[in-house]
Amino acid sequence: MRTEHQSLIFELSKPGRVGYSIPELDVPEVNVESVIPSDYLRSEEPELPEVSELQIVRHYTALSNRNHGVDSGFYPLGSCTMKYNPKINEDVARFPGFSHIHPLQEEETVQGAMEMMYRLQTSLAEITGMDEVTLQPAAGAHGEWTGLMMIRAYHEANGDFNRTKVIVPDSAHGTNPASATVAGFDSITVKSDERGLVDLEDLKRVVDQDVAALMLTNPNTLGLFEEHILEMAKIVHEAGGKLYYDGANANAILGFARPGDMGFDVVHLNLHKTFTGPHGGGGPGSGPVGVKADLIPFLPKPVLVKEDKYKFEYNRPQSIGRVKPFYGNFGINVRAFTYIMTMGPDGLRQVSENAVLNANYMMRRLEPHFDLPFTQHCKHEFVLSGRRQKKLGVRTLDIAKRLLDFGYHPPTIYFPLSVEEAIMIEPTETESKETLDEFIEKMIQIAKEAEETPEMVQEAPHTTVVKRLDEATAARKPILKYTKQA
Amino acid sequence: MTFRYLPMTDQDKKEMLETIGIETTEELFKDIPEEVRFKGRLDIEEALPEPQLVKEMGRLAAMNKNTKDYASFLGAGVYDHYTPSIVNHMLLRSEFYTAYTPYQPEISQGELQAIFEFQTMICELTGMDVANSSMYDGGTSLAEAGLLSAAQTRRKKIVVSKSVHPESRDVLKTYAKGQHLEVVEVDVENGLTSLNGLRSAVDEETACVIVQYPNFFGQIEPLKEIEEIVHENKGMFVVSSNPLALGALTPPGKFNADIVVGDAQPFGIAQGFGGPHCGYFAVTKKLMRKVPGRLVGQTVDEDGKRGFVLTLQAREQHIRRDKATSNICSNQALNALAASIAMTALGKKGVKEVALQNIQKAHYAKKVLEDKGLKAAFTGPFFNEFVIELKCSAKEVNQKLLESGIIGGYDLGLSYPELKNHMLIAVTEMRTKEEIDQLANVLEGLSCVQNISH
Repeated sequence: MRTEHQSLIFELSKPGRVGYSIPELDVPEVNVESVIPSDYLRSEEPELPEVSELQIVRHYTALSNRNHGVDSGFYPLGSCTMKYNPKINEDVARFPGFSHIHPLQEEETVQGAMEMMYRLQTSLAEITGMDEVTLQPAAGAHGEWTGLMMIRAYHEANGDFNRTKVIVPDSAHGTNPASATVAGFDSITVKSDERGLVDLEDLKRVVDQDVAALMLTNPNTLGLFEEHILEMAKIVHEAGGKLYYDGANANAILGFARPGDMGFDVVHLNLHKTFTGPHGGGGPGSGPVGVKADLIPFLPKPVLVKEDKYKFEYNRPQSIGRVKPFYGNFGINVRAFTYIMTMGPDGLRQVSENAVLNANYMMRRLEPHFDLPFTQHCKHEFVLSGRRQKKLGVRTLDIAKRLLDFGYHPPTIYFPLSVEEAIMIEPTETESKETLDEFIEKMIQIAKEAEETPEMVQEAPHTTVVKRLDEATAARKPILKYTKQA
Repeated sequence: MTFRYLPMTDQDKKEMLETIGIETTEELFKDIPEEVRFKGRLDIEEALPEPQLVKEMGRLAAMNKNTKDYASFLGAGVYDHYTPSIVNHMLLRSEFYTAYTPYQPEISQGELQAIFEFQTMICELTGMDVANSSMYDGGTSLAEAGLLSAAQTRRKKIVVSKSVHPESRDVLKTYAKGQHLEVVEVDVENGLTSLNGLRSAVDEETACVIVQYPNFFGQIEPLKEIEEIVHENKGMFVVSSNPLALGALTPPGKFNADIVVGDAQPFGIAQGFGGPHCGYFAVTKKLMRKVPGRLVGQTVDEDGKRGFVLTLQAREQHIRRDKATSNICSNQALNALAASIAMTALGKKGVKEVALQNIQKAHYAKKVLEDKGLKAAFTGPFFNEFVIELKCSAKEVNQKLLESGIIGGYDLGLSYPELKNHMLIAVTEMRTKEEIDQLANVLEGLSCVQNISH
């Protein structure tokens, strides 16, 4: 990474420079004032930059040099599954037959795209053990909301209008309760027990006739498999509720277990996590949703079906309606399908086996140096606690910042909220043992520094393009856009 | 079998199992109860080696008629525009596309700064104070504007014009259902929102009025008159806008819009069968702390050096959980980057020039079609789309056009029963005079359109 000051693109602007080229107008010109009323013709030009092509290339290259991706180095960010993003996926997604087709073309002209979608949704149904899958949701949270809207429609179709509650564990992702709110439910928290699993007694306490659904990640955000899943399913189902599977952690179970076999009624997957997305600096994602047969009538419109040819079906009277214009984040779905076709059934199972083995190996090697609140085998990720280091004056945030000096993206920190000074590590299956070993050595070194030279950690990072940033001022006096200095 | 993405060797595995103190990896999965253990082999397609996979995906792609091979007059919210070559090159800088959300600002300054620049450009184009870092797409962004309005005004009625994109209205209705909000649609007259219809729909229960500018038919809505009706009743004024059009048209901010939403797809983002595109969301300063999604702000580091961070996060789901302003987490960051690069390349001059070329070419197309005897359905000012009447179905016409290497317009009968046999035609800067003339000639030659006004 380079450390020099990086100008904003607006600061590089000089009147008269251009970075584009389009042909001269080749049709007879009309006087624009004569066809558009003057009140509606822009009088002040937008202050967009005026820069040459090389300046643009240098600018964005410089910005990329101030950014860390999976290709730059190890990225053990728990719950985010930062695995390798295959290059072939990028090539395939850019084939003109995928990238340059319009969503409203006649269906006869896009049968190849529809076939790809159909094969992907069929594969995802098999992988999750569900009966049907929609590819429409744009991301995980969008899938959660879509699934909850379907659960709501299901209850209402049964004349059941009083199910106002959605239960989420205290270790759940923030999107779970937020999606419940957007779908019009109240979210109720269920506690975890001392082993990090949902407390069955507490679950029984909160489940009643008002429950619409229980949302669950399995393995949960502590990286632990909810062993009592069948009992939980029974408790919720007996009360008339549905089980929702948050697929954020699906990388642990491919070919080993399927949500559909665990009693889940609705599932979303994050194709940008488990199925190599990529993450794109925050998106776009893709959040397909799978359902069991009794929820099929409520799927969002349109539903892709295969008859003599592929077609989008709109006549779905019980559907929750549209959740997104067109058919989902198709380009991300192309990448995910390419990945599934690269791995096949044996490859996907190997993915989870290796992801889980990597995580357990790291956990056992780090166990002597950091507190490990839950000691059973983990799945694809595990959570350490930095409370031992905290006593020495070194916080988890400091440990994360110190890792930056060694070229690593730090693990997820302070999540789940139920663990003090949490450090959540997910290595993924695409990292080699050498990479894991190097990272482990650095973690051990930092643990040692916390004892011997704590300021080394407290003052980190030392090597990045900027030091720790003043987030409090950023929020108190927000500057959210560039304003030209007079 | 070995896989190129999986580096673990038998030796690695052996050493790792020893460290853990177990014999086999199966032991790591013992916590999955026997009854739910998947014991079969997933019934999905077999893995393909790279060359075969490229071939198979190439076969699927080749089955689709694409807008590189065909001259497209199809718009309706998704457009074929000029994309500077550098957009794709910069997007493929893998430090951008293989990164996660920039929660660690010290090693994410590139992404954060790029988004800060995106926010600035969207503010410039829309004439608004604050823009977020992106939404999924124009449709969900519009729906979120409805939810924000309802939360802010504590009112339950959302008024939306039927000249707003039909699919966006459908998405809005789904979101509204979750929140128990009422959606009232206002009729269209001569391709524009009926002002009388609007007056009778808007009352003191109205959280917001949503219109599109230019609207779904390409027509330029009278924002000035609409704004008066909305604000008289203290509702929020929400405008959905094609940001490229704003290179030539007065920005909604000038008409006192409270929220401006839309899709940045016209800037460097492939049509891609409808996604991923890039929703944007811009508001007045007053609504800054109510915005859904991520915001990037400028600050300084410990040495006083300028830097950027995600800010005002107390609005978001990972902090506020069920009290968040939205459930959005992943957004469309990479496409916001694409849009930024394209907006930068076009710059101040290019955005205007391209927008004006769209106006010119669409007006030329309308004229030559009228000269061939076709009738335009509406008479008002328009941007790069207009509606023509046909005597037969648009589907039938499009089949004929396809034979001549043309992807025809949108069949309006699919979403407006009263506009059966009407076609929405988009003409961007990408269409040459020759292609436009050819469209006119082919249409002239079709018996089902030829006689319409003779």
